[in-house]
Amino acid sequence: MTTPQHSRDTPAIEFVGVNKNYLSHGETVPAVKRTDLAIGQGEFFSLLGPSGCGKTTTMRMIAGFEEPTAGQVMLDGQDVTGVAANKRDVNMVFQSYALFPHLNTYQNVAFGLERKKVAKSEISRRVGEILEIVSLTGMEKRAPKEMSGGQQQRVALARALVNRPRALLLDEPLGALDLKLRQQMQIELKRIQREVGITFVYVTHDQGEALTMSDRIAVMNAGVIEQLGTPREIYEKPATRFVAGFIGTSNIVDGHVDRVEGGLALLSYTTQDRVVVPASQSVRTGDKLEVSIRPEKIDLHRGVPPVTATGGSVLSGTVTEVVYHGTSTNYTVSTAAGADFTVFDQNASSADDLADRGDRVYLTWAPQHSYMIGV
Amino acid sequence: MNRVKNKIAPYLLVLPGGLWLLIFFAVPMVAMLSLSLQEGDIVNGYRFTGHWQTYTEAISNYDTQIIRSLIYGAVATLILIVLAFPVAYWIAFYGGKRKATYLFLVLLPFFVSFVLRTISWRQILTDEGPLLHPLREAGLISQSFHILGTPTAVILGLVYNFLPFMVLPIYVALERIDPRVVEAARDLYANPATTFRKVIFPLALPGVFAGVLMTFVPASSDYVNSEVLGSSETTMIGQVIQAQFLENSDYPTASALSFVLMLVLLIGVFTYARILGTEDVMKVAAR
Repeated sequence: MTTPQHSRDTPAIEFVGVNKNYLSHGETVPAVKRTDLAIGQGEFFSLLGPSGCGKTTTMRMIAGFEEPTAGQVMLDGQDVTGVAANKRDVNMVFQSYALFPHLNTYQNVAFGLERKKVAKSEISRRVGEILEIVSLTGMEKRAPKEMSGGQQQRVALARALVNRPRALLLDEPLGALDLKLRQQMQIELKRIQREVGITFVYVTHDQGEALTMSDRIAVMNAGVIEQLGTPREIYEKPATRFVAGFIGTSNIVDGHVDRVEGGLALLSYTTQDRVVVPASQSVRTGDKLEVSIRPEKIDLHRGVPPVTATGGSVLSGTVTEVVYHGTSTNYTVSTAAGADFTVFDQNASSADDLADRGDRVYLTWAPQHSYMIGV
Repeated sequence: MNRVKNKIAPYLLVLPGGLWLLIFFAVPMVAMLSLSLQEGDIVNGYRFTGHWQTYTEAISNYDTQIIRSLIYGAVATLILIVLAFPVAYWIAFYGGKRKATYLFLVLLPFFVSFVLRTISWRQILTDEGPLLHPLREAGLISQSFHILGTPTAVILGLVYNFLPFMVLPIYVALERIDPRVVEAARDLYANPATTFRKVIFPLALPGVFAGVLMTFVPASSDYVNSEVLGSSETTMIGQVIQAQFLENSDYPTASALSFVLMLVLLIGVFTYARILGTEDVMKVAAR
């Protein structure tokens, strides 16, 4: 492989007008619709979405296992469209690892370097080095089936990283691990990524995983990137109803604008029930809006709404469900706005729950916690 | 009650197979061993004398046929690997939804009797048959060129008759390879040829190993192919044993030869397993 200039500005991976169709029973099925995408050098980038959203196809086009129907795939500014997988300087960590069952840890990890005709002594040095990074020193002679899932996972990671690829592609790499191990590996992966400084492209359907690890996330649905941004942006400011629903829990309420005042739009349901949302310039009285509110931003009160809620949103309702979760208690409240709301209340004190099923309650939250979606 | 039943159940399940083996395998083996150590003839009857010299005589009289049988078996097995691997590979990786159909096609000729199929080859390979006649007419082969009656014809018959026994185990091994493991090799800079050499073939080895066992042993002891397609120059040990039993009624020699053949094949198989490293092969197979 030729080594092009490594520029900070050149994206590690770039999609230019890429789309991908599959032929299924004589019908063309779009897997990825026209997509432009740029992933930066050293970035931890996640492709997040439900199964069948096109995230795996997107990754396989980077690896070279699928070719786009149209458009170009660029690695470090070089067009690699049509270049075979074995000639692309990216490596993949497969779902369920795909280790070579007939080779031991050392042979598995050395496989790529041997193909690149790296000197034996150099291979042995680099394999030793990477096994130390993934904490597998001493496991060189083990066969894959003699190791636990977590260890196999590390071998898969080392096997890819040892080649120092332009980018590492990870296809739901933690999916087969149990919860404890998964959380541990999430932290470990992040550490390893910082240590090696390689671009990571991470495919997952687990929003929690994507939020904790990524620098940026592309949320995909039905072959389209619905939103691309930092975890905070995506969580706090979901661009579409799909994103709001897919990432964490959202309360979504719609209504018509009664008044726009000082950058805030007011949606009234009764004389008392109202939602206040920061509005863009274009919002006019009478417009229909969709507003998303995160459950942990909402305060729940029994009796009359407190005076502190003045200027913010207030919705009255009846508690229909109370679920105790240890760190928090989740309430479901049927509101005057017509939508059922979920409210997370942190169990900061060991006091009793704020309300019981059937209680009449008021939900309040500050204007900045309302977010207009899809505008 | 249930507990007692559960304790007996496994033995009951083993019983039919066990009895079968005892009656049709263990008993005849002992009878044959005893027969090989008897002396006498068909008219006056045989008596047990512990005459082990029958073995040394049988070996020195028929060593040519024993060695010839092993060579024919080995050559046929090698050709079978070369022929069966691509077939199995194609079905496993390119068979798509029709895999079962293709496997059935491989087996289809074997719904016709073994002997009948071998006799058909005779018709094909004979000097006046559809293969040689036109070639000779065209002057492409000399008058003295024959296939029938030569080792080539016998080995060809063996290869033809044992093909499915090589295709099926290799197919099973290839079919079990995780396609993602193949992709992983491509991802790690292996071109298609290296991927085959370093990943696919090693993972198919348990299938080749099983195929060799399933073809080499019966091919070496076969007596139909040489009988139908060969000549006195191609006599295999199976034919000798058959002739001693059925034509000469020399039961001790026939029994002794059977044991010798069995022993030689067992030693061969064990050596082969050792060289190939059964443990590694089994490890891969058991993954």
